[in-house]
Amino acid sequence: MFNAITHSQIYVLDQDEALDFYVGKLGLEVSADVDLGFMRWLTVSIPGHPERQILLEKPGPPAMSEQTAQQVRELVTKGATGGSLIFSTDDCRKTYETLRGRGVEFTEEPTDRPYGTDCGLRDPFGNSIRFTQPKA
Amino acid sequence: MAVVGRAAEETNRRMLRARDAMDRGYAQPLDVPALARIAHVSPAHFTRTFRATFGETPHRYLQRRRVERAMFLLRESDRSVTDICFQVGFTSPGTFSRTFSAIVGHSPRTYRRRAAAADVPTCFTMAWTRPSA
Repeated sequence: MFNAITHSQIYVLDQDEALDFYVGKLGLEVSADVDLGFMRWLTVSIPGHPERQILLEKPGPPAMSEQTAQQVRELVTKGATGGSLIFSTDDCRKTYETLRGRGVEFTEEPTDRPYGTDCGLRDPFGNSIRFTQPKA
Repeated sequence: MAVVGRAAEETNRRMLRARDAMDRGYAQPLDVPALARIAHVSPAHFTRTFRATFGETPHRYLQRRRVERAMFLLRESDRSVTDICFQVGFTSPGTFSRTFSAIVGHSPRTYRRRAAAADVPTCFTMAWTRPSA
């Protein structure tokens, strides 16, 4: 049966802005940036880990009608789509400070949980992102 | 039409930013003018737009967030009900108890007796256990 998760997808409203954020601020790296003609296949991953990629997909025709794309964009900006990523980190508080310094919009400060220390942020479009420093 | 769409997206994103502020700062005395400032709109416009966006008033959203956080603390800590009341942002134990019972269907003490802890990432617990209408 299955042996890995290789690709996950979230919707972004603008792929260049998504790159600025996911690569420029969060420090991910581009795994693929290919103009397929019908779409721009844009994926990012943790540096050195291309085996697990996140597709930054822009909703629009011909994959869906412009009307549907608009509904998707409205849901993303309400924080109501499934777009949700959870990363792990060695040092949650330090990463939080670094990203705050880069102007990242946090929804929750680092907090101790039974499973570790984690915090939450939003990407520029409304997707929810968290990162956790698992309990040693 | 595209312009209208972008305006709606921008409004949604601002309302989401204000809602995030409630999720983050629920323990503080958040009022409509402060939230409207976060969303960059006038206070009257804020309440109306928030409701149109998320289906409930900002006051109701915040109340349910506070109750959800109180439910969490009742389950996972052994602090007193009065401490928890103030810790999640209520200013009077009477209002807390009344609001909690109206929303959850049990008093805080009864809820505590019946509750069990869940082991999933907190963001999902927060999103899914904030009590609905």
